Amino acid sequence: MKNKEKLGVLNIDTTLYKTRISRKFEERIAYKAADPKYILSFIPGTVLDILVSAGQKVTKGDELMILDAMKMQNQLKCAVDGKVKSIPVKKGDKVSKGTVLLILE
Amino acid sequence: MAIKSKIRELQEKREKLQMGGGEQAIEKQKALGKRTARERIMALLDDESFNEYDLFVEHDARDFDMDKKSLPSDGVLIGTGTIYGAPVAIFAQDFTVAGGSLGLMHSRKITKIMDHALKMRMPLIGINDSGGARIQEGVNSLAGYGEIFFRNTISSGVIPQISVILGPCAGGAVYSPALTDFVFVVDNISKMFITGPEVIKTVLGEEISMEDLGGARVHSEVTGNAHFFASSEEECFEQIKKLITFIPWNNGQKARAFEPGEPLKEFDINKIVPDDPTLPYDVKDVIRAIVDKSDFFEIMDHYAKNIVIGFGRMGGKTTGFVANQPLEMAGVLDVDSSDKAARFIRYCDAFNIPLITLVDLPGYMPGVDQEHAGVIRHGAKVLYAYSEATVPKLTVILRKAYGGGYIAMSSRHLRADFVFAWPAAEIAVMGPEGAANIIFRKEIMSSDDPDGTRKQKIEEYKQKFANPYVAASRGYVDAVIEPSETRKFLLHSLSISENKSIQLPEKKHGLPPF
Repeated sequence: MKNKEKLGVLNIDTTLYKTRISRKFEERIAYKAADPKYILSFIPGTVLDILVSAGQKVTKGDELMILDAMKMQNQLKCAVDGKVKSIPVKKGDKVSKGTVLLILE
Repeated sequence: MAIKSKIRELQEKREKLQMGGGEQAIEKQKALGKRTARERIMALLDDESFNEYDLFVEHDARDFDMDKKSLPSDGVLIGTGTIYGAPVAIFAQDFTVAGGSLGLMHSRKITKIMDHALKMRMPLIGINDSGGARIQEGVNSLAGYGEIFFRNTISSGVIPQISVILGPCAGGAVYSPALTDFVFVVDNISKMFITGPEVIKTVLGEEISMEDLGGARVHSEVTGNAHFFASSEEECFEQIKKLITFIPWNNGQKARAFEPGEPLKEFDINKIVPDDPTLPYDVKDVIRAIVDKSDFFEIMDHYAKNIVIGFGRMGGKTTGFVANQPLEMAGVLDVDSSDKAARFIRYCDAFNIPLITLVDLPGYMPGVDQEHAGVIRHGAKVLYAYSEATVPKLTVILRKAYGGGYIAMSSRHLRADFVFAWPAAEIAVMGPEGAANIIFRKEIMSSDDPDGTRKQKIEEYKQKFANPYVAASRGYVDAVIEPSETRKFLLHSLSISENKSIQLPEKKHGLPPF
């Protein structure tokens, strides 16, 4: 251990420890509760088809979109009743995991 | 003199085959900073000790014009030899022959030497340098991989298995190293991944270099797939040779004993650990102050640094060390460090290596990321591994041992054979600050001077519980010892544990929380 090294502080059960902080801990993404109005891609893939349009009313179980991923055509179905506010992706878009595909009002 | 000409014929055949893929391919290999398969074996084994088998093996694939191609030794060398006199079975894939691709006969050679290693109960070293399956051989190539994986699994815990990644090791091929005990990687040379950058780009649109995806650093620091990182092949071979000196030849033996020696004077055990339990220090210095000649051979030193694992010798005999590292993330147990420690504990148990555990930790790591990453399941591995281990288990509590972390770190309750604590040890359900805040919550809240009361209560708690004597009064700690007495107590305990014998209930196998 080098004497002049700058150390971080880690709080465990309200005790503050002087220590090195790992990159993994520093770069961790803070948790955010999921918003049911935002429909995200659960897997990376390609938007094969969009079956609804902005302003359209949707009910639970309606098919919204088809996401082609891992050689499978995944149907994205609506989990709640609502109205489509906007669709930030278009047909043919390649999306990574967690991309916003559709926003409900 | 027919025999003379026959011998000459053999010599010529050998010489030709020993050139592998030929001069051009060898030049290409060298340009990448890589040695040839044969050079690697020679560098690793004792001089003149390599006995080669199956030099004359050839493939018999017929499709895709393969019948017109000759692949010397089918792209892999196998044989036996010694390292510092210890017997080893070895195979080395030859990238100069068809990119070291794995076809049926290539795999048959590997499984042959694996069968020998298991039968003769000697360590197996596999040097991987292969483009992957030989596509022309189709399902035969897959069969080859499967039969290698099967043998890796069956040999696991019977003979030491070492994988050395000296080139690409991609797709299904990665699972053989993953099933072995120790994986060695070399900077800029080793590449391991299931799917390469090109496939990832096509399927997912993510761009990444081969090095960033599965280079030596990634596997040493991020994934935990590799146990030893070296900057050159030469350094890598030195690491392998050193490891071989620490481990037994099989699970029926103990590691060879070496000349004992005292730790170096520069590691003064009285001066390493600060009194204040919130201040860091390098626990490796404590290990060096305890082991023979201060020679500590660390494993996975770039991964989950909050726990330290590795081998040292006590009185000349190999001992496995597990120690919390207060210098990194306060030495907490988390998903990665639990995984790292548990696997090592099970390795030591499988190969008759006694365990010394040095404890100084605030507990398990809190946080959403940890909980969601399964710290319950992964943390349980440590409990499982220590409970199940029947090798001698010695524990030294250096400073703090709080909560679940105290239990997990080879406590008496998991049947540690000897538990020692230093006088400044704090064995308690949690740190004094946290405990006082909960126990004296009402008094603190209703006080005219909450901060003053809190401080006073923390101090009270410290006096009463932050010490080793409560645990010692219950017999959970066998002896409270001075730091300078540590080596003496450990050496004695180890010497009287030589014939330790425990019978666990009969079972097919346990169900560790993998």
